[in-house]
Amino acid sequence: MGMEGEELTEQETALYDRQIRVWGADAQRRLSKSHVFVGGMKGAVAEFCKNIVLAGVGSLTLADDRPVNEEALWANFLITPDESVYAGKSVAEVCCDSLKEFNPMVHVTIEKGNISSFDEEYFNKFDIIVISCCSLETKNLINEKCRGLLKRVGFYIVDCKGSCGEIFVDLKTYTYSKKTEGETLECQLRYPSYEEAVAVPWKRLPRRMSKLYFALRVIEKFEQAEGRNPGETSEVDLPGVLKLRKELCGAHDVAESFVPESLLARLVTDTREFPPVCAILGGILGQEVIKAISGKGDPVKNFFLFDVMDGKGKVEDVSPFK
Amino acid sequence: MVSQKEVSAMKGTKVLMVGAGGIGCELLKTLALSGFEDIHIIDMDTIEVSNLNRQFLFRKSHVGQSKAKVARDAVLRFKPNISITPYHANVKDNTFDVDFYKQFNVVLNGLDNLDARRHVNRLCLAADVPLIESGTTGFLGQVTVHVKGKTECYECQPKTAPKSYPVCTITSTPSKFVHCIVWAKELLFAKLYGDKNQDNDLNVRSGGASGSSDHVEDVFERKADEDIEQYGRRIYDHVFGYNIEIALENKETWKNRTRPRPIYVRDVLPDQLSQPQPNGHVDGSECAVGDLSSVSAMSSLSLKNPQDIWSLMENTKVFLEAFKLFFTKRQEDIGNLVFDKDDQLAVEFVTAAANIRASSFGIPLHSLFEAKGIAGNIIHAVATTNAIIAGLIVIEAMKVLQNDEKNYRTTYCLEHPTQNMLLMPVEPSEPNKACYVCSESPLLLEINTNRTKLGDFVEKIVKAKLGMNLPIIMHGSVLLYEAGDDLDDDMVAIYTANLEKVLSQFPTPITSGSMLTVEDMQQEFTCKINIKHREEFDEEKEPDGMVLSGWTQAPPPKESNPSNGENKANTSLSEPLNADSDDEVEVYVPEPVAKKRKHSDITKETEEEEEDELVVLPDANLDFKKKKLV
Ligand SMILES: [Zn+2]
Repeated sequence: MGMEGEELTEQETALYDRQIRVWGADAQRRLSKSHVFVGGMKGAVAEFCKNIVLAGVGSLTLADDRPVNEEALWANFLITPDESVYAGKSVAEVCCDSLKEFNPMVHVTIEKGNISSFDEEYFNKFDIIVISCCSLETKNLINEKCRGLLKRVGFYIVDCKGSCGEIFVDLKTYTYSKKTEGETLECQLRYPSYEEAVAVPWKRLPRRMSKLYFALRVIEKFEQAEGRNPGETSEVDLPGVLKLRKELCGAHDVAESFVPESLLARLVTDTREFPPVCAILGGILGQEVIKAISGKGDPVKNFFLFDVMDGKGKVEDVSPFK
Repeated sequence: MVSQKEVSAMKGTKVLMVGAGGIGCELLKTLALSGFEDIHIIDMDTIEVSNLNRQFLFRKSHVGQSKAKVARDAVLRFKPNISITPYHANVKDNTFDVDFYKQFNVVLNGLDNLDARRHVNRLCLAADVPLIESGTTGFLGQVTVHVKGKTECYECQPKTAPKSYPVCTITSTPSKFVHCIVWAKELLFAKLYGDKNQDNDLNVRSGGASGSSDHVEDVFERKADEDIEQYGRRIYDHVFGYNIEIALENKETWKNRTRPRPIYVRDVLPDQLSQPQPNGHVDGSECAVGDLSSVSAMSSLSLKNPQDIWSLMENTKVFLEAFKLFFTKRQEDIGNLVFDKDDQLAVEFVTAAANIRASSFGIPLHSLFEAKGIAGNIIHAVATTNAIIAGLIVIEAMKVLQNDEKNYRTTYCLEHPTQNMLLMPVEPSEPNKACYVCSESPLLLEINTNRTKLGDFVEKIVKAKLGMNLPIIMHGSVLLYEAGDDLDDDMVAIYTANLEKVLSQFPTPITSGSMLTVEDMQQEFTCKINIKHREEFDEEKEPDGMVLSGWTQAPPPKESNPSNGENKANTSLSEPLNADSDDEVEVYVPEPVAKKRKHSDITKETEEEEEDELVVLPDANLDFKKKKLV
């Protein structure tokens, strides 16, 4: 078999029987040795965690120190809305308890503290880092820490804003095998960091690029400029957002209509995660992480965008290099 | 469209879910989170161990319990204040009649078989309740919306043979080559070379009615002093000979079926040949160990062309040789092998085993090339696809509840991006005016009225083709046949006698120009069939001895070269996926049949395409358009 490390146990083979038939024993073996970190346990991340725990990763570490309250319950099926159960526990702790039940073979733990304070050495313990509901600074900070490591750590950002959702993927330099007509091809992809990607001039991106991408950049910048937490906006912010749109479109040398106002209005107002979109994002992200760990299948490069309005789940390549 | 206002609009609605399996668990969770407060769920199944890796509402301690009930309890833990009504029952039960359906605002299917899907489709049409259909296989999935009069119904396009097979078809009554492939790959191959501890239906069945399971375990184990050739022949005789003899003892099974023929090595290989004499560039030792293509029974036996259809004797030799090679050259793999279509020896073994079984059951044999294609396309369910599909179902359900007709979409979940999309929406098709289910167009049946009995018509057309559960057949005002438990004995006697009558010999003869009315009271579904007498039928192409037509047949394949499955994400767009494959075995057979679809903005984007593989779009205007990276 040529793989280092032990074979799958009988218990694993029995439980994962159906999926082994989909992606093979080798991929399953890699999965069961992989370590995944997630920061920010909202609905989309809860969905993702469910998927990879069922798939059988080796370990999953959750970070989210928020206390459990009404808001934390929204779209998150990992939390039982029973105070006697969650009282005094953080969101991560409660989710951890639920996830353990899904698959006793996966080691689920929590990590306390602010994730932007975790150092490179900490992230070095993982193969996959997923963050959600972070500020632009935190996204860049953690992304750079991952990129600074010698080994490749897959870095993902996932966010659901109302009926829209986005996934960012950074696999640094990624080699994978692709089967075509019986031949196995070695493919290599070079990923930009988040900072590099979002700095790509809008004018250089394809005309049919999802408008959602630009709208999300405007909102992200707005939150940063106003010192808001992600999703902390309402309709009263629309004028401010439109002003920022003007600036950004000017800087990128595109017309303002490039970023539709109606879309911005939706994103500003409708900030709560929409559960069906969480399910879709968690599903796509779960699949991407399984691909990255197993080295099989084309991974998304480097954005996945979904909007209920048009129903399209698009993959966009936003990269400064060709 | 999904502001909090609309989410709260979901509160007054009543939803019926059919199926609490792979899609069902995900769907129930997402519905509950999305604000649905009155959900009814039907599923006749109980929980099995192999469900646990993706049906996340179930735990080991639930094995054996009702899926619908356990799913309800699990969801109520995180959404305690909603109402979920479970039914541990068959969706075809009489209690689920049109009145039952009428209480719902929308019906959501997460089913695993064609029969139940058709049944639910008819009830939704009769009750005028919108239906949202879904299916997944592996990484592929789709969601469709069926609203009477607005979009096509589930049966507007004729469905090809169901793609998931009940276990008993595989283990006992194969009628197609694909059944033999599934048996060879999923049961025999897995039993011999896979994990011994895995559940395998071969265990149960191969001992027949008499054998205990202990006895069966022994049969597949190599005996202490047994040489490898003896071992192979013993397995061969057991699965193709003894097991068939045992199966034949069950007379009931073979009443309406062709009896299979037991096959033993001694019958196929004359004595001097029963020890295969490898010739040519043999032995495998010259090849590097670990290279999957190097160990091959075909090369040992000098069989060169994978397109050739081997004789029973050749298949037997390949079977025994491949068996031997596994135990001599691939010993380290045994116990954890999973079929891989790129593993030459595995493909050879599965081809030979499937062909020997096919031969036994009177099914045409196939070449290694064809067998590989079929075996490579057997796809199992993946949790992530089910989660995505469930999300898409809820999105469509919300549109349906708001009568947002313009925005109804059929959405495909793809494995590889097509036009940059992993989730691809297309506008739903309009109802097919010639659909015998949702429009009232009559069907045409060509049949030999002087030879065919009413019973054949009931079995081959009314049940098999029209999917009726409890049919009534009328000729004008004459009642010819009726099914049901509540009939008088004397009526049953009359109907039973009628089944044996030839069509033209009824007091009012059924001949060319007659019109039969076939009705299913439970489905509230009626259709009219015009009869046309025809003398002869092609035994191969028209094995039923009758031909039903009248609703638009799918156009014939224009290009039947979808290759060996690498492009399945794309070709599959044309054919609805029939199952959330769950524990039935799902086989994806690429069928390049394009459906006519309205399309939104797909065409205009194509010139910007940069796909590096073949692309087949779900669009009649772009039939089988191929694109290559320049
Ligand atoms: Zn129809």
